[in-house]
Amino acid sequence: MPYQLIDTGSSRSFPAAHPLLDGASASGEVVVLIGADADSALTGVSDRASRAAILVELGTESLGTHTGESRGAEGSNVLGFARFRLGDGAPSDLVELVRQPATPDSAIAAARAVLEGAGLKVAVCGDFAGRIIDRLVRPYYNAALRRLDEQLATADDLDLTLKLGLGYPEGPIGLLERTGLAHHYDVTSALFETLGTPDYAPARRAVVAKRRAEKGLT
Amino acid sequence: MSSIKTVGVAGAGTMGAGIAIVAARAGFRTILYDTRQDTLDRARRQTEGFFAKSVQRGKLTAQAVETIMANLTGTTEMAAMAECDVVIEAVFEDLKVKHGLFSDLDAICPPHTIFASNTSTLSITEIAGGSGRPERVVGMHFCLPAQLMKLIEMSPGLTTAPEVFDTAWKFAEAMGQRPVKTKDNPGFILNYFLVPFNNDAIRMVEAGVAEPADIDRAIKAGLGYPMGPLELLDLIGLDTQLLLCEALHGVTNDPRAACPPLVKRMIAANHLGRKSGRGFYNYDKDAMFGG
Repeated sequence: MPYQLIDTGSSRSFPAAHPLLDGASASGEVVVLIGADADSALTGVSDRASRAAILVELGTESLGTHTGESRGAEGSNVLGFARFRLGDGAPSDLVELVRQPATPDSAIAAARAVLEGAGLKVAVCGDFAGRIIDRLVRPYYNAALRRLDEQLATADDLDLTLKLGLGYPEGPIGLLERTGLAHHYDVTSALFETLGTPDYAPARRAVVAKRRAEKGLT
Repeated sequence: MSSIKTVGVAGAGTMGAGIAIVAARAGFRTILYDTRQDTLDRARRQTEGFFAKSVQRGKLTAQAVETIMANLTGTTEMAAMAECDVVIEAVFEDLKVKHGLFSDLDAICPPHTIFASNTSTLSITEIAGGSGRPERVVGMHFCLPAQLMKLIEMSPGLTTAPEVFDTAWKFAEAMGQRPVKTKDNPGFILNYFLVPFNNDAIRMVEAGVAEPADIDRAIKAGLGYPMGPLELLDLIGLDTQLLLCEALHGVTNDPRAACPPLVKRMIAANHLGRKSGRGFYNYDKDAMFGG
């Protein structure tokens, strides 16, 4: 399916060359907006109503920030998306595709065709804070950081246990060290602000990492 | 491991049979005890089947298996455990049941025998309190399937003598396992993290964040986990998840450990997971649906 790409720069999902960027046409039934200013670019898309789907790259914000919301009946041909990556880690092959309650199935199918056509894996989710992965893993990462403080086990043994016991490719402590504890602070702060439950409140070690990063310390 | 020569395993269910395989395979004389002969018979068949595959895959010779099986005996007579230097219990996750078992064993086993518990959620200190020999009780939580998973979570209780923990640690290593030391906290490491994590995934289904297949796909593709949480729950069984929640939440009062209402509805509908053919996924028709 031909698709048009509007690149507004500094895309977190596509910081480097990728088949999705290479495969775009000058025009198409689907429009993909990427980059930090995808929001403002949305209003400039021509023939919006006639497009099969318009995909807006999201950060931590809700899709409703771009489309507006109305009594739980929101939904149009505009969908949100973000290629999942943890902090400073490389982007994964996963795209979380955000729909709203009344989003037409045809728009989801068109979006899926474009994304999967570029070799990406698609998981569809509602317009919820944290989407799927951040919503699910951030409390677990916070718990790991807190239990490290409480000396449940050493950092190495915590990681080793979860790798050996559950087949995880990486333990939570090593993973957060690799991808950036300050980034974990940013994501959990945004989630905590929206969801308000203590499980999302940044763990002490993430707060420390953020404060040091703000001072330029590593 | 000179001080431990004979190993007792109490409870011949899936975990107990797997632990017995680990001990016998490492060269320890191993006695598997259960009150039911049919349970022992099933464990024997499963063990023979496991070792037959080991031979097929070239991991063991037929002669080695013969030696291992000669070292592995099953019994319904608790008195046979009197010869054991260590007894690992893998019985029902109930404090009274474990107290009863260890109390009986205490009357039979010599003073040097170490009692180890394979509990995944109960307190080692509390188990030790009803054992008759609290200084000689240690936590040794194997992972399922024990005969394949190297990890053992090792926990001393408040009353465990350091030399007992040290002996148990070396015994774990002598079995070819990888021990990891944890505190005597509910759920130790694995279940402390896994049970609430899985509950969070269930609550996402309840809230309509995404369908089970999308949640699992995201976790596998985004994080490289071998299974998604809802696939894993179907494997564990929703009834088992309820028991784990009750054990963990009962001690911690952590809201994330509380059993989500959907689990109880699924159990009522016999949607237990793979064991009943239907859970978050439908295994009869190999089709997926939301729980």
